[in-house]
Amino acid sequence: MTKPVEKLDQVIIRFAGDSGDGMQLTGSRFTSETAAFGNDLSTLPDFPAEIRAPAGSLPGVSGFQIQFSDHDILTPGDAPDVLVAMNPAALRTNVGDLPKGGTLIVNRDAFTERNLQKAGFEGNPLEDGSLAEYHLHEVPLTNLTLEALKSIDITKREAERSKNMFALGLMSWLYNRPTEGTLSYIERKFATRPLIAEANTIAFKAGYAYGETTEDFAVSYEVGPAKLPPGTYRNVTGNQALAMGLIAASTQSGLPLFLGAYPITPASGILEDLARRKNFGVRTFQAEDEIAAVGAALGASFGGALAVSTSSGPGVVLKSETIGLAVALELPLLILDIQRAGPSTGMPTKPEQSDLLMVLYGRNAESPVPVVAASTPGGCFDAAIEAARIALKYRTPVFLLSDAYLANGSEPWLLPDVSSLPDISVLFATEPNVDGEFWPYIRDESTLARQWAIPGTPGLEHRIGGLEKQDGTGNVSYDPDNHDHMVRLRARKVAGIAADIPELDVDDPDGARLLVLGWGGTYGPIAAAVRRVRQGGGRVAHAQLIHLNPFPRNTGDVLRRYDRVLVPEMNLGQLLKLVRAEFLVDAVGYNRVRGLPFRSDELANAIEAML
Amino acid sequence: MTHGNGNGRPLQLTAKDFKSDQEVRWCPGCGDYAILSALQSFMPELGIPRERLVFISGIGCAARFPYYMETYGMHSIHGRAPAIATGLSVSRPDLSVWVVTGDGDALSIGGNHLIHALRRNVNIKILLFNNQIYGLTKGQYSPTSELGKVTKSTPMGSLDYPFNPISLALGAEATFAARSIDTDKRHLTEVLRKASAHRGAAFVEIYQNCNVYNDGAFDAVREQRENRIVLEHGRRIRFGADGERGVIQRADGSCELVDVADVGEEALVVHDENQEHPSLAFALSRLAHTPHGPTPIGVFRNVDRPVYDELMQEQLASAAQLSGEGDLEALLHDGDTWRVDGH
Ligand code: SF4
Repeated sequence: MTKPVEKLDQVIIRFAGDSGDGMQLTGSRFTSETAAFGNDLSTLPDFPAEIRAPAGSLPGVSGFQIQFSDHDILTPGDAPDVLVAMNPAALRTNVGDLPKGGTLIVNRDAFTERNLQKAGFEGNPLEDGSLAEYHLHEVPLTNLTLEALKSIDITKREAERSKNMFALGLMSWLYNRPTEGTLSYIERKFATRPLIAEANTIAFKAGYAYGETTEDFAVSYEVGPAKLPPGTYRNVTGNQALAMGLIAASTQSGLPLFLGAYPITPASGILEDLARRKNFGVRTFQAEDEIAAVGAALGASFGGALAVSTSSGPGVVLKSETIGLAVALELPLLILDIQRAGPSTGMPTKPEQSDLLMVLYGRNAESPVPVVAASTPGGCFDAAIEAARIALKYRTPVFLLSDAYLANGSEPWLLPDVSSLPDISVLFATEPNVDGEFWPYIRDESTLARQWAIPGTPGLEHRIGGLEKQDGTGNVSYDPDNHDHMVRLRARKVAGIAADIPELDVDDPDGARLLVLGWGGTYGPIAAAVRRVRQGGGRVAHAQLIHLNPFPRNTGDVLRRYDRVLVPEMNLGQLLKLVRAEFLVDAVGYNRVRGLPFRSDELANAIEAML
Repeated sequence: MTHGNGNGRPLQLTAKDFKSDQEVRWCPGCGDYAILSALQSFMPELGIPRERLVFISGIGCAARFPYYMETYGMHSIHGRAPAIATGLSVSRPDLSVWVVTGDGDALSIGGNHLIHALRRNVNIKILLFNNQIYGLTKGQYSPTSELGKVTKSTPMGSLDYPFNPISLALGAEATFAARSIDTDKRHLTEVLRKASAHRGAAFVEIYQNCNVYNDGAFDAVREQRENRIVLEHGRRIRFGADGERGVIQRADGSCELVDVADVGEEALVVHDENQEHPSLAFALSRLAHTPHGPTPIGVFRNVDRPVYDELMQEQLASAAQLSGEGDLEALLHDGDTWRVDGH
């Protein structure tokens, strides 16, 4: 008997379970199946900072949300349509987000008295009617998995661990996902442990078959492929795209890539990714601390490498001194700040946009540094190349801002045509530049970039340092007028980059009077909210800043074109402060710091309130 | 003067070629002058063209050093020179990278970078000018100042137990650790010669007199030559005006100063700087925790261990061999991809 298939245009599913339940794997496999099917999609992993919080506890819950559709989408979605809860703690922490009438699939076997107690339930929600407003499917996931695996010679514990594959199989049936990818993935992943591979395969197929046969699920669903621009796609997270972008920047500049890093959430993935790419001549250096990480990068830059240091806020703050030195030395250096909620250690796995003012102003004295922010997971690739371009061309440290949401979230990414990537190569100085001598601070008239001679170049031996220097010669100078000149010159050099970056692009099809101005990683939620408001007949414009220092040259004009400007940020109003100060516009903020990306419905409400 | 860039002629550099046009600005009488002069005289012997030499320093009086050397150089920030030098050395194995640092720079604010550069055995030469005081900030006690030292910041005497730089380096897995004295050009040059020949990180402590804020700190060994316990590889360790004193090793491994007449020559320790085990070197470093009496100078330890820079180079080469030279197009397509056709 085949069951009826119902067509949907989009679905949001959230997988939630204990950290030990393998929810991230389940989510990412479902994502791969969905990508292979050709839907547009967007994902949001949400996991605790603790590697293994006590099993079954509320802090130990790990989640993964995916939205997929037959049209283009911008976010992982606000509220899930379907919640898969592997234990009572996952139910308790997530069910509040499930709208009434939503589908709830739970692992009934995990609702033991002990687990219920750990999750803080007085009774059993499966029995007390408190879930009556949902479409509740109680699936004995654990027992069905054990039953399916009873002929395999593995321990009960090992068998039980395959229950996430059973759940994945069931969900794959429910949404008519292609399964070949997952089956071959299991084989690859457990190539050296054939029994475990077999167990996972059987559990996955059993879950799929369970969907087909059980009366509990009467219909399955289909979400057709999306009509995306033609080309080759892959699914990519922000951190993966950054790693690839850095390698691309290396090949496009012709300079070897050097990464100095110290492990920190949520940036470590970039270090790990690049460490696997040594065949590109990438040198990854895991330093003794954040300071050494950026110090080593600066040393490599002095030697002519494309030098990068990756970190997050609590690590970036330790690098300030070295970044100040890079400003004085006028050497290229990329610092990637994958922002997370703070202050201090804060919430390591949760996103925030609260480092903007730190990267702009968090150094001693007048120490201007260009800032680029990525706006989507795939956009991280372009942001890496753009940040490298600016750093190399202007001989300056550059900050690249991402955040925990972009870092771990994923979306289909239209692969760029390698031959169309920009040439960002640099010319090192090879000849003396003043009367047979080499003066390191002789500048290009238009960019104000100084000449860059790397060690190994005969006849150009020179010394540079953190002391104030005479422009031109680079000799140490305490001359008052020279210092005033140098401070202004460094500021002018960075400000001048405005002429070399794209103008701020405004999405305003209907001649709106309200502009929503965002920056960086809020692009998806803001664009989705704007779309929603427009669907309701509202007129609203949207611009997203990618360059935050300097701002695009038309920023002031754009802001002044609108009666009202709304600046949503995941901080207490940092860009807001900047645009008010710089452009004297009476912009207002919409600020949330919940460690979660914006929901597009809340943003839509905020926009509508201003129309 | 030639650069020796492949024309087959030997380099003919002299000390003068290593003098930059910058006016040297240490206090008159500072021990730094002697070290600078010793180094400039020694450099030609290396046979390395100037453009492949790099001096990196942090902050402090000693940190001015790179400005005076006609090589590539960077005067960086407090304590960070070993980290910066690591990045440079690792990414440019063709360079000869030297770090010039002081006791505050290397052992206080930069202690972490120093120990990690040593344990990794990065191919850098670290010259620590130890004057047991903060000179540039005008006379506060340093991590090598003796206990009880009265300085501007310790009017009632320092409460800090000092580091013994050689013991510290050995504890940090240094493959090369040596000590010399600013004014003993011959000895200092010999130590520099061995340090530069060493593959990997070489740590050289140089007793440097700060005649303004800590004059005479090393007089016990600098002026009283009979207190210099000169370590010479393969030789019994003797010292004193007529070699009448010596060093023996006790059953527990520690070393002791003795009168040779009391124990007989045969009982004296034979110095072995190449000993794999660092125990002897460490025991020798403990003979004088601060230089106020008989104090060993020379090479304590000089052993072979794989060099970080070379290991990284090997990994790059084997990765390229294993997976082929990096291909960006292939990298982007690595993983599950799918095509969307035009419509
Ligand atoms: S303060 Fe001391 S160490 Fe510094 S330059 Fe003067 S004498 Fe030399």
